[in-house]
Amino acid sequence: MANYIKLVALGLVTLFAAIAANWARDLAYQVHALIIMAVSAGMFVLVLRNTDEPKPLVDQNGYMDGVIRAGVIATGFWGCVGFLVGVVIAFQLAFPALNFDWAQPFANFGRLRPLHTSAVIFAFGGNALIMSSFYIVQRTCGVRLWGGSLAWFVFWGYNLFIILAATGYLLGATQSKEYAEPEWYVDIWLTIVWVAFLAVYMGTLFTRRERHIYVANWFLLSFIVTVAMLHIVNNISIPVSIFGSKSVQLFAGVQDAMTQWWYGHNAVGFFLTAGFLGMMYYFVPKQAERPVFSYKLSIIHFWALIFLYIWAGPHHLHYTALPDWAATLGMVFSIILWMPSWGGMINGLMTLQGAWDKLRTDPIIRMMVVSLAFYGMSTFEGPMMSIRAVNSLSHYTDWTIGHVHSGALGWNGMITFGALYFLTPRLWGRASMYSMPAINWHFWLATIGIVLYAASMWVTGIMEGLMWREVDAQGFLVNSFADTVSAKFPMYVVRGLGGVLYLAGALIMAWNMWMTIRGGEKVVAPVATPAE
Amino acid sequence: METYTFLRQLADSWVLLALTVFFIGTIFWAFRPGSRKTHEDTANIPFRNETAGCDNACAGCTCGKSSDALKEVR
Repeated sequence: MANYIKLVALGLVTLFAAIAANWARDLAYQVHALIIMAVSAGMFVLVLRNTDEPKPLVDQNGYMDGVIRAGVIATGFWGCVGFLVGVVIAFQLAFPALNFDWAQPFANFGRLRPLHTSAVIFAFGGNALIMSSFYIVQRTCGVRLWGGSLAWFVFWGYNLFIILAATGYLLGATQSKEYAEPEWYVDIWLTIVWVAFLAVYMGTLFTRRERHIYVANWFLLSFIVTVAMLHIVNNISIPVSIFGSKSVQLFAGVQDAMTQWWYGHNAVGFFLTAGFLGMMYYFVPKQAERPVFSYKLSIIHFWALIFLYIWAGPHHLHYTALPDWAATLGMVFSIILWMPSWGGMINGLMTLQGAWDKLRTDPIIRMMVVSLAFYGMSTFEGPMMSIRAVNSLSHYTDWTIGHVHSGALGWNGMITFGALYFLTPRLWGRASMYSMPAINWHFWLATIGIVLYAASMWVTGIMEGLMWREVDAQGFLVNSFADTVSAKFPMYVVRGLGGVLYLAGALIMAWNMWMTIRGGEKVVAPVATPAE
Repeated sequence: METYTFLRQLADSWVLLALTVFFIGTIFWAFRPGSRKTHEDTANIPFRNETAGCDNACAGCTCGKSSDALKEVR
């Protein structure tokens, strides 16, 4: 019976998408309608062929790992895509001729940049968070994922969201909110997927066999709940037409700016920090084979982080129409935030207490430690840059870009690589990754890449900020904007090379994962690690 | 009183107090007497449940993977 309802719904969606493609008011909407039409028509055929057929038996006793395997592959794939686009736009900045005439307007910097940010944050980071939260919640609750194939809906639905967002940027659909560029119908789709994600996660927590909820789950749950809240509030808009991608924001002026950066900074705080801390609190103890250094500290870390982070957004709006008291509030909370962040870093690093020798022998734990070091560095740099006086120099310069990348490449990237190396052999029932030397290569390529990237952006950002504010004896500005652009050229090339190294490391990882997955049979239940 | 003024005054008095008390409370709660044993047990959760469905159900369980909490329940 359920299949008949599904068939009717899929048929209606296909029909509506066909009409929408015909009546579309802009190219992005038309392409999206065609994608949705193709997807729902394909699913219609799939459901139809399985209707009234005997259902294949699924073992309901083991953990649900199929969806996590898919997530591991998607994470590796989107990582390579996102880093590649990043390298391309880095060289487009250094050599503007790379904005090829024949590829206009689709492949100019302005359209590729949101493609890069969304590909690395939401496609690479998002898939990493979804798959590792599915893995962690099962292993720390001792039960199979709740909701049956709802987890598969989350995986495919989320990746459909990414396809819609990415093609939308290239075709010119954007609501011009940073990190929230997708237009209204893509936002609605993501909301549906996210609610399903929350349901799967909460359902698994509710049916857990352990009495207590392990700290990683607290972080992951706060990530899911807060991102839902941020996403809905920041995307309140009214579409101009149901057959067009354009929409109008409900907030205007400084309220809109404040809402955007409340969203933007908490996307950093709860997507890129709390979510990845959830991964850290599971994978670092597992890889070090010892429990977290201080469980009490992890509780305080959690509550302090979520209480403080939510107020830090206004530091993005120093010297704007935002009232000074609000900017000061954001600044003060950003600085206080330094403490819990470092508490968390120390907690992660000290987990290796008594096992520091693993740093010499285990490249995976080395990646995790470097990731924590970058977490510590960028959570010191961030509060410093939020101070109004520092911000007057750093804002609008490439220092910000350097800061973001030391966090994203260093902290988020490295912990995700560590998690992928941890998960791949376990999920496919292998003793270890195919090549340990390749992990070493990846580690060094990525680390040197980040150092080149961050160092060049510090130099160029501070130089740029100083050039902008330089005045002569009469009080006239000394440099024009174009002067700073030409002065930045060498640093832009170095930054591009850093990106190339980072991408090369990721490609080695992709090859290593491929070889690990290919070599042998799939097992249903993951092989247990030997007891300590 | 305007809604804005009311909410603003509520936010920087009672709500601020409630949130601060809750936050301080979580720290004291983490350090409550007897929390050490619970925390040790909880911190070891990742090292159990490698395979699903360990209910401590096997007769004469020797794998040692089930938690103390579970043993009480059974």
